[in-house]
Amino acid sequence: MADNTASKTKNSALTGNSAMALAMKQIDPDVCAVYPITPSTTVIEEFSSYVADGAVETEFVTVESEHSAMSACIGASAAGGRAMTATSSQGLALMWEMLYIASGMRLPIIMTTVNRALAAPINIHCDHSDSMGARDSGWIQLYSETVQEAYDNLFQAVKIAEDERVLLPVMVCLDGFITSHAIEVLSLITDDEAKDFVGDYTAKHPLLDTDNPASMGALALPDTYMDFKHVQSDAIAASKEVVIEVGKEFGKRFGREYGLIDTYQLEDADVAIVILNSAAGTTRVAIDELRAKGLKVGLLKPRLFRPFPHAEMVEALKGVKAVCVLDRADSFSGFGGPLFNEVRSALYDMEDRPKIMGRIYGLGGKDYTTENAVAIYEALFDVVKTGKIDTLNDYMGS
Amino acid sequence: MAKTLEVRWHGRAQQGCVTAAKLLGEAALGEGKHVQAFPEFGPERMGAPVKAFDRISDEPIRLHCQVKEPKIVLIVDPTLIGMALSGGMEGEGSVIDGVPKDGVFIVNTHQTPSEMRCALKLPEGYASVFTVDASGISTETIGRHMPNTPMLGALSKATELVQLDSLTNNFKDNYAKKYSPKVIDGNVQAMEKGFEEVRGE
Repeated sequence: MADNTASKTKNSALTGNSAMALAMKQIDPDVCAVYPITPSTTVIEEFSSYVADGAVETEFVTVESEHSAMSACIGASAAGGRAMTATSSQGLALMWEMLYIASGMRLPIIMTTVNRALAAPINIHCDHSDSMGARDSGWIQLYSETVQEAYDNLFQAVKIAEDERVLLPVMVCLDGFITSHAIEVLSLITDDEAKDFVGDYTAKHPLLDTDNPASMGALALPDTYMDFKHVQSDAIAASKEVVIEVGKEFGKRFGREYGLIDTYQLEDADVAIVILNSAAGTTRVAIDELRAKGLKVGLLKPRLFRPFPHAEMVEALKGVKAVCVLDRADSFSGFGGPLFNEVRSALYDMEDRPKIMGRIYGLGGKDYTTENAVAIYEALFDVVKTGKIDTLNDYMGS
Repeated sequence: MAKTLEVRWHGRAQQGCVTAAKLLGEAALGEGKHVQAFPEFGPERMGAPVKAFDRISDEPIRLHCQVKEPKIVLIVDPTLIGMALSGGMEGEGSVIDGVPKDGVFIVNTHQTPSEMRCALKLPEGYASVFTVDASGISTETIGRHMPNTPMLGALSKATELVQLDSLTNNFKDNYAKKYSPKVIDGNVQAMEKGFEEVRGE
């Protein structure tokens, strides 16, 4: 990517949550309805300072629960406003019923999801059980490896959600504490650049347009309900193209282009790890160590989990002999973790598909190290050598 | 590939460890380095042992795991020496864990480095030990017990990881909105005094 098109602002050191609050300030949504929860709290705390300082024109609604926060966002979005919120863990779980209403009513609500484990036992640290629990709710899900990616994803989320071909809610996921509370260096875009990129939002059928009354969330009986769902299903599938377009446009403007998946040293790799979010960075370091020894190892990191990039996955994994999919969430008694399940299913129709195994890692903030990644690669080379997988699915390091 | 330097801070909640890690990261960024600074979160209560970490490198930092083998350890509260710091992220641990042979300890104490080497139970020749009376300096310059900024000054002198000017300029430039001129001056003085008064073996 040519640097001469990049934004001129200098590098800053911010935590993931500060960067998200700043992005929200730069987007300046009409409504922000919130009920803070660790580790997403400081997103809202810092954004509330922008509200108090008059830096945004946002109607800031403090509600009594996350269920109400999502409900208020739904009301605001249906009325024609740009609505945003942030949550984690139990908060996202409490929103559950409203998540489906947001997507079913085709409301482009934007949510920062700071990934955290679900109780019981109670734990405030990172895993992906919260957002994976919402994977069938009809929300588009973007995942972020770094503070920079989380920040960039939020602007893109607005553009994706509000595109007329999409009109669906989007959640931007980043790892609790690991990314949300770590200070990293990132390049910021200016307020003007941000405003220009996301543009103004004009809802097509706002409830407050009394000259053109519309009905939303109406009763749909067996004669029509399934048609609603069919259209919704097509819309989220088609949003893939919009995610690609928006990622390209972002790259053109700011020098950082985004696709549906990201790969590292995958082209000629014999074995590969598939992993989401911050752990992909640690995996990259392990890859450099092993490549220095001449071992052909690679990484595939999905940026988009919903809609799932099946075709891109198959294309990227062509020629790889063995793959391990690492899940930071379990699908209890399912066929492996959620990501494993999707990847394995995507590869089913592939000719000469790679051997594929799954491991659950990092639940409740358990550390994922370069040594862990190296051990996985070694196990994958054994699979290539013997042509056999000993244990298809397992918990790693516990 | 350039090596990433890792730093671990030990203190108790409210002593400014997390802020110190942040200030170090910002100052290093000012010198054109790539940085990461992050705390270890556990139960939040005043006086509880806390850790914070920095990674500093010439290259972009991609690691997102815990710091296990820090080259530099800053002990902001010497009462943590010899304590079992279990709970939270690790099942066990102490302030000397994982520090390599060429590691550096900087301890907030009025005692001498050799006394601290004894307290830390470090064999002769293993790592180097520096001491600075950061608590005393902060009481004198800031007017209250806030040993984090003198420790930063001491770190600059002991390791040359970051220039004293980078630390003081970052604080003056980026915190003027948050703190009064008196607090800014006090902390800048604290950094300078920490730099001057740190003692090696």
